[in-house]
Amino acid sequence: MSRIQDKFSELKAKNQKALIAYAMAGYPSDKETISIVRGLVNGGADIIEIGLPFSDPLADGPVIQNASFKALQKGMNFERFLNIVQKIRKETDIPLVLMTYANILYNKGYDKFIPIIKKAGIDGIILPDMSMEESAQYLKVIHKNNMDAIFLISPNTSEDRIRKIASISSGFVYLVSVYGTTGGTQQQFQQYTLDAIKNAKKILGKKLPLGVGFGVNNAEQARSILQAGADAIIVASAFLRLVDKIPQIKIQSKIASFAKSLKKTTILE
Amino acid sequence: MKLEYPKNGKFGEFGGRFIPETLVPAVEELEEAYLKFKDDKNFRQELDYYLKKYAGRPTPLYFAKNLTEFVGGAKIYLKREDLLHGGAHKINNTLGQGLLAKRMKKKRIIAETGAGQHGVATAMACAALGLQSEVYMGYKDTQRQKLNVFRMKLLGSKVHPVKEGTQTLKDAINEAIRDWITNVNTTYYLLGSAVGPHPYPVMVRDFQSVIGNEILLQMKELNKKSPDSVVACVGGGSNAIGTFYPLVDEGTSMFGVEAGGEGIRTEHHSATLTSGSKGILHGMLTYLLQDEYGQIKDTHSIAAGLDYPGVGPEHSYLKDSKRVKYDTVNDSEAVNAFVLLSKYEGIIPALESAHAVAYAIKLAKKMPKHETIVITLSGRGDKDVEVIEKYMSKNVKNSR
Repeated sequence: MSRIQDKFSELKAKNQKALIAYAMAGYPSDKETISIVRGLVNGGADIIEIGLPFSDPLADGPVIQNASFKALQKGMNFERFLNIVQKIRKETDIPLVLMTYANILYNKGYDKFIPIIKKAGIDGIILPDMSMEESAQYLKVIHKNNMDAIFLISPNTSEDRIRKIASISSGFVYLVSVYGTTGGTQQQFQQYTLDAIKNAKKILGKKLPLGVGFGVNNAEQARSILQAGADAIIVASAFLRLVDKIPQIKIQSKIASFAKSLKKTTILE
Repeated sequence: MKLEYPKNGKFGEFGGRFIPETLVPAVEELEEAYLKFKDDKNFRQELDYYLKKYAGRPTPLYFAKNLTEFVGGAKIYLKREDLLHGGAHKINNTLGQGLLAKRMKKKRIIAETGAGQHGVATAMACAALGLQSEVYMGYKDTQRQKLNVFRMKLLGSKVHPVKEGTQTLKDAINEAIRDWITNVNTTYYLLGSAVGPHPYPVMVRDFQSVIGNEILLQMKELNKKSPDSVVACVGGGSNAIGTFYPLVDEGTSMFGVEAGGEGIRTEHHSATLTSGSKGILHGMLTYLLQDEYGQIKDTHSIAAGLDYPGVGPEHSYLKDSKRVKYDTVNDSEAVNAFVLLSKYEGIIPALESAHAVAYAIKLAKKMPKHETIVITLSGRGDKDVEVIEKYMSKNVKNSR
């Protein structure tokens, strides 16, 4: 069992769902990335997604684009990313998931990149531009290293394809909530999102948990997608927006209190 | 050697579909429609009609007598894509894809553009076919190609300047893809080069192959044989692949010319095949200009249409299989060729095409006089006159 799978079992026993929260490596700085992760953990996040910025994040909206650009300008790279992950791993046993784009792994070679991040403490990988059809080599290395490959599905993914994607995924399946990029600011999800959650849940059954992300930015929305059947809410841009608004010294506590407000929605009566 | 329709969307190891899941149904729908219509009699007839009556095909193969005499080597011919409606080869593809979009019942068309030539060709095709178009263009490119921005607007297109990243073609493609993800159910993405996820590279190649097919016919008519050499410039590589593909199984030597910018030993160039490495960008596996961590590098070329850190996957395949030789020409050589062709032949080439002209001049010198060389003159250079003027006055100042 992986840390991610263990976490979902543990939460289930407690009648809770998961809060998956995001921090970008090197944004606004390496040191503050660690403060942000501490805040997320203190606020009750169950799984941490760590972004390794890519120069051309085509599935991302303006918030993550801007953070990627600035982190790269400040010299974020693979070695510094590892350093951050190792520091986090010393402090906590929380599941850590890497989110980046396929070229970052391909460039180094899947067989080189994956064992190194596994050793540093990463448990799973999300690549928004890694389609099922192109994933054979990547999956081989993932399996060899006992890591979780988290694939994405979308509201327009066919039932047959969801089944196929589920068969190669582990940890959880990531449902993109909307037609659009990350960081949408809608206050409520439309019916098609809720329908997509119900449909995906029906297909996944008890085999794999379903996480829902893209544009999740408040507790009310979080509740609506959990009620529709999601096993986890995934929140990224909303945390980065908060980071942009608050003075450095308050980052950890403010992030923690926002995480807490979201975590509350996942604790079922 | 010739890969008619790539299996699994792959040219050797290159190409494929590295895309967000939201786009999968869209590219599958596109591939299905393309396979259905590409050999459909009505579709071919309608496309031929627009290519002939609207775009002005076939384009002449012009013997550049003065340039040939000046160079003193092989006979130089110009494939005059610059004479097409809109002033570039781009219309071959936009008419094809526009007609396909209509059959797919998509009314909203989006496109990206570098120099603005594809944007203009999209705006024209959409106006002619009764479609709505919106074009993404890097902010930096909107500044250096102001005239094309105005032309697009005049032709009824909405232009979105892209201020993200390097503000050039790569970022315009990113932004167009983001729009497509957001409006995937209503929108057709009309990609302008032989890049992107499968089936774009093969589809754009097929629509542009009219260039190479005509070259072959025209040369056989003139000389009873295919050309000894062909030369085309390569940014994303659509005019080049359209030139090369029909000649792959002929004995012709083929040369793709990339933008050497300020020199490939500097950081300021766009020579993807000549000095890049394999990677994944814009949905495809291909050669890229990237750093040791896989971050895409900033590129440079005096020709906005060549200013791109990737290249069509079929070119990567043709490079590795050594069927085509890829080399570079730098900014100053391209400017010299631009001036030379204007002066000797009265033809102002696009700065992109001037790269091919510069390389062909070097090549022709080394070839015997009875041999033939065809340059694909992918576009006309009226759009570049201002850039050239600036470049020349700057260099005059520097040399003083």
